[in-house]
Amino acid sequence: MIDFEIPEKIAGIRNVIETVAVNMMRPVSRYYDEHEHEIPWDYINFMHTASKAMGGSSMAGGEPKKEGPRFTFQRLAVMVEMLSWGDAGMYLCTPGGMLGSAAVSATGTPEQKERFLARFRGEKPVFDAMCMTEPHCGSDTAAIRTTAMLDKETNEWVLNGEKIFVTAGHKALIDSEGFIVVWATIDPSAGRAGMRPFVIEAGTPGCQVTNMEHKLGIRASDTVSIVLQDCRVPFENILGSPEVVTEKATTGFKGAMATFDATRPLVAAQAIGLARATLELLKEMLAERGVTIRYGLPRQKLTAIEKDVIDMEVMLRSAWWLVLKAVWMMDNGKPNSLESSMAKVRAGDVVNRITQKAVEIMGPLGYSREYLLEKWFRDAKISDIYEGTGQINRLVVARQLLGYRSSELR
Amino acid sequence: MYSFEPSDEQRLLIETARRYALDELRKVAHEAEESKEFPLPVINKGWELGILHASIPEAYGGFGERSALSGALAAEEFAYGDLAGALAIGTPSLFAFPILLAGSEQQKQQYLPAVITGEWKPYTAALIEPAFDFDPNDLKTVAQADGGDYVITGEKTFVPFAAQAEEMLVFAKLGDQTKGFILPKGAPGLTVGAEREKWMGLNALPFYTVKLEQVRVPQANLLPGDFAPILDASRVAVAAMAVGVARAAFEYSRDYAKEREVFGVKVAQKQAIAFMLAEMATEIEAIRLLVWEAAWAIDNQKEDAGQTAYLALTGAIDMAMMVTDRAVQILGGHGYIRDHPVELWMRNGRGFAMFTGLAMV
Repeated sequence: MIDFEIPEKIAGIRNVIETVAVNMMRPVSRYYDEHEHEIPWDYINFMHTASKAMGGSSMAGGEPKKEGPRFTFQRLAVMVEMLSWGDAGMYLCTPGGMLGSAAVSATGTPEQKERFLARFRGEKPVFDAMCMTEPHCGSDTAAIRTTAMLDKETNEWVLNGEKIFVTAGHKALIDSEGFIVVWATIDPSAGRAGMRPFVIEAGTPGCQVTNMEHKLGIRASDTVSIVLQDCRVPFENILGSPEVVTEKATTGFKGAMATFDATRPLVAAQAIGLARATLELLKEMLAERGVTIRYGLPRQKLTAIEKDVIDMEVMLRSAWWLVLKAVWMMDNGKPNSLESSMAKVRAGDVVNRITQKAVEIMGPLGYSREYLLEKWFRDAKISDIYEGTGQINRLVVARQLLGYRSSELR
Repeated sequence: MYSFEPSDEQRLLIETARRYALDELRKVAHEAEESKEFPLPVINKGWELGILHASIPEAYGGFGERSALSGALAAEEFAYGDLAGALAIGTPSLFAFPILLAGSEQQKQQYLPAVITGEWKPYTAALIEPAFDFDPNDLKTVAQADGGDYVITGEKTFVPFAAQAEEMLVFAKLGDQTKGFILPKGAPGLTVGAEREKWMGLNALPFYTVKLEQVRVPQANLLPGDFAPILDASRVAVAAMAVGVARAAFEYSRDYAKEREVFGVKVAQKQAIAFMLAEMATEIEAIRLLVWEAAWAIDNQKEDAGQTAYLALTGAIDMAMMVTDRAVQILGGHGYIRDHPVELWMRNGRGFAMFTGLAMV
């Protein structure tokens, strides 16, 4: 039964998050944009306490297992959308489970999930991160060179390599007792078949944060490089059942892709929140200057600005439903890689078109750092880049539509 | 609670409509367009599926309750088969829905059973006017109260089956509102164009101009209700059809691209083409969801249903043009040849910007 009504429980959480966004994010948005690498602890501590009170509501918190429909990812998408409406950079500082946890959730055993995710329910806020990209390869994930070799004597994995563009890596390893999930190869000659995810906990010798990037936007969030030099982790830190070690199949690579099926719609939700913030502020600024949008008129009677705003609204609304459909499928156990990538493609496009247009429409006011439009323009761009660029996601969509393997459509 | 899955009943409706669309409409589409004649038996088969009947309560001869969502799902499928066919089957809806939505009890009893009993009959409606800035909420056709009657003057275009129609609805401006008036065939002052109108697409259907010179109608022929729900019903229907046409164009060009060889591979294996297809499918799906939302909002009497319907159609117009244009592009020179259906879909695709009033759900 087709239904566009937000479930009551999710609506309640959305209201709570809106209060947080209005009161704890917007007032300091500009500050953290201009003080890169400062950590918004007030927001973080509040979110940690609040999320504990709500029984954990991140990727790591999970939902108490019960009969009936599941809402985990729908709820997450709605939360991410609202937090990003508040501030996309600060949202990325939310403790309690982000992409690393997503990888653990998608690929770990029940024991591993408990072992690695329990920390998020502790006294202090904890962060995690996922490490995929390397200096020589980004979208081409199967080309990673970071190695994991098994030391049979100690039954430990020894990791070596360099990871870059790790979102929240500093907070995961240095500012909290968190962990990172590192994708490495156990057989460099095997390509995708050699890829496996490993958990490295904060404080592990041989794992070092070496660089913090200076970025176009989302400056409240740290993006780091991590070097692994003979970094040893216990055998059990390889995610998945022990057989994953010996399997020749592309289980590991598939695990990465399964992680993306879950995380791409959430990155898309981030884009949508930012786009909605922009459109709302744009309409507000226009209204203050006597311009209201006359919905319902034929195109021929609309002003150029009205046409732009109405088009933005169409883009935003339709893209949001793509996102919700993708997470709804996730919650209902339906394979969603097509929808997940579609949502990411569309949301990534939409947020950039909306923020770019908004700055253009408001002219010098749009370009001014007195207002947030220019910040959101900068924040937006990342949505079309990380968690799979727009181009990679088009490739994923096209392969599915055409029934092609990666060798058939490169 | 969010759900993006049609009910079992709706799924059955979609399947039935799709089978008819592919087995009947798609098969006659080309010939109908070229010969400028849509075969009546095919229209009747579509009519017999009872989409309109399912929207009319038993009291007026139907067997159901109106659901804009179910209507939109069926409209998409029909248009996926052929747009001219979809519009033809739905022409009596242009007369029936406004009466259902804005008519008096007496009007419903008098007209609805006649429309839906028996075979398909060309009841129709005249909304569109020959002006570049045609605005359904600000019509140039005017009705004025005169004694107990109304006197209507103005000009309409794009009126399907006007010459054959038993009765016709005419929309005119009364005060500052758009109102519907029921006009019997041959009302004095009502002139249907002598020849069919010539359009870029939809040549299979007979469209006419309708001229109204001081046409006098009794008070009883005025639909008392508001125009807004009628407009919403049409915007959603037209938008759903745009999705159907776009889907047809997408699938055809996708299949073509998987067959056509270029530089030793299939042309679909080139990212330039594959990415176009990915964007087409993404856009279709996004707009389809917005159209569903609009239809759902109508069915659930949401306050912003009208605005959502407007946004859905706005998006559908651009999406249909983009997708049908690319479908032709993907077929290259072959897309430009009338042996392939994509050029017809491209002509139809452009039309959605002016089709408000030609379909209702």
